[in-house]
Amino acid sequence: MPDADMLLSILASGVRLSAPVLCACLAGLWSERAGIVDIGLEGKLLAAAFAGAAAASLTGSAYAGLFAALGASLALALLQGYAAIQRGGDQIVCGMAVNMIAAGATALAGAAIFGEGGRTPGLEGAARFTPVFAGQDGLAFAALACVGVTSFILFQTRWGLRLRAAGENPQALAAAGISVSRTRYGAVAVCGLLCGLGGADLALSQAAGFLPGMSAGKGFIALAALIFARWQPGAALASCLAFGLLDAAAIRMQGAALPGLGPVPVQAIQALPYILTIILLAGFIGRSAAPAAAGVPYKKE
Amino acid sequence: MSGPPAVWQAAGPVLAPLAVALAAISIIVAAAGENPAAALRTLAAGSLGSREGLAMTLFYTTDFIFAGLAVSVAFRAGLFNIGVEGQAMAAGIGIALAALYAGALPGALALPALALAGAAGGALWALVPAWLQARRGSHIVITTIMFNFIAGALLGFLLNGPLGAPGSMQPESPAFPAAAAMPRLDDALRAMGMTPTDTPLNLCLPLALAAAFAAHVLFERTRLGYEMAVLGASPPAAAYAGISPARIMMLAMILSGILGSGLALNELTGAQNRLILEFTGGYGFVGIAIALTGRNRPAGIVLAALLFGALYQGGAELAFERPKITRDMIVLVQGLIVLMAGCFGARARSGEA
Repeated sequence: MPDADMLLSILASGVRLSAPVLCACLAGLWSERAGIVDIGLEGKLLAAAFAGAAAASLTGSAYAGLFAALGASLALALLQGYAAIQRGGDQIVCGMAVNMIAAGATALAGAAIFGEGGRTPGLEGAARFTPVFAGQDGLAFAALACVGVTSFILFQTRWGLRLRAAGENPQALAAAGISVSRTRYGAVAVCGLLCGLGGADLALSQAAGFLPGMSAGKGFIALAALIFARWQPGAALASCLAFGLLDAAAIRMQGAALPGLGPVPVQAIQALPYILTIILLAGFIGRSAAPAAAGVPYKKE
Repeated sequence: MSGPPAVWQAAGPVLAPLAVALAAISIIVAAAGENPAAALRTLAAGSLGSREGLAMTLFYTTDFIFAGLAVSVAFRAGLFNIGVEGQAMAAGIGIALAALYAGALPGALALPALALAGAAGGALWALVPAWLQARRGSHIVITTIMFNFIAGALLGFLLNGPLGAPGSMQPESPAFPAAAAMPRLDDALRAMGMTPTDTPLNLCLPLALAAAFAAHVLFERTRLGYEMAVLGASPPAAAYAGISPARIMMLAMILSGILGSGLALNELTGAQNRLILEFTGGYGFVGIAIALTGRNRPAGIVLAALLFGALYQGGAELAFERPKITRDMIVLVQGLIVLMAGCFGARARSGEA
């Protein structure tokens, strides 16, 4: 039976594990609210994690790493945005391409620069972010703050209204004389920055450096959390925390038995977010619908 | 149209990705401080320049034909199946179950039984997302992504538990019985008294080519193929013509799952002879690149699969010779090709290129 200490430590590590997922989830929220479906969150997280770890390792500064992570992810987001917004490319294909480019480029560059099979050297001291309060570091609090900021901008400001219009009814936005493309570019840029924050958290805080493939599906868990949250920032925080706790429990409870259920395979807990998302999407427990124009390239008339 | 004209039609679109690949590789290699010309020579010699290299290229090509056709048959009906990877894993589970628990089958029946079990696994894993899209309106892109992860978790559970080899620390199944081994090119070479190639190239290659021909007939000559194309081009037109979208979606995805199972058959009965984690190697996603560059035409897909087969095999040789340039370069190149073909190119998803 898990005791109180174990529950507390699961809680703390669950909050820690949810930070990068929360960043990616909010990133997806910005992009999809503005009409750009993004299955490239995973790739941007990975690229940011690599750029962050590489820069931190070369300069010895975690902040240099953070800026590199933000920059790399932003660059990929803008490339993806250019393909999807300017060129009217299929948004799913563009996201897929970003995932492949990031997976290949990070491992390749890692091997070429550091010669350790794609990983960066271990980071220590000032090259990492360390806990400042309650076992959580500054990046986790920044991620938390982004929930409030996202909610405020999207629902209380004129820019947020335009952004949501670009995702729900771009024709109306264009009729009001506002460029759909520019609005969507703005959202995609914020998406890139948020993924950058998440990737920095992965490599500079949760781990001490970069490992090939270290995003390990977190970008897709974020997508699942986004669907669960019905594209709402507050609910995104809740679903990411829930998935983070699930993740922490899966790590802690390997081989442990649940009362009445017997030993629960760790893979079952890992697959749970995906299974729950499918059940939700199928409408068996409530409904979750994406912004109306998400996935549809906008063409001027 | 069949035969040479289709091949020539298909060759055009494959040349552009080839150019992208060669240019990207040259730049990457130069950036790594190596000689691009020498690297391209290694790539070409490693993939096409020897019997062994060519046989390995064709082994990868087999995987990629199946994966490309699987993506393409769903594309035709307007569905983006990102789940070929998971469907191949489910197929692999079916193949392993048949191989390990139906061991009493006489030799001649064993391989067809394995192929059927694999096809059933792949079809089932594709059918559920198809049903969810057709009947419950869940978006198939999201559900197939989720099904990939669920398949991975299921595979991990089975290999660490019920299907795991006793006494092995690796997540792998016991070795399959001898009757579950697909006849290899090397078996034929040995029988003829020639030197074997030491490669897993096997009977799945002709099977993949036959599947490509069958897909060509399906797309161009059958009512179902036409109905799929109508649905893919315009769902309202399909509904107006009395075509049931739900029926076509589910049929297309079942076919997609069956085609994807060929990847598992090639890897498991041709090379691994046991079920292992990650035997799909991301090849289900390569299928997306293949279907896009092959413009959804089976002839184009075969050529694109050959191109990617050569890139994967040549890339492995290059990585062996120049350790700085790892095989990850090919994944990067593949991403660039997908970006070019799918986002910067012409209409990517419509059935008619």
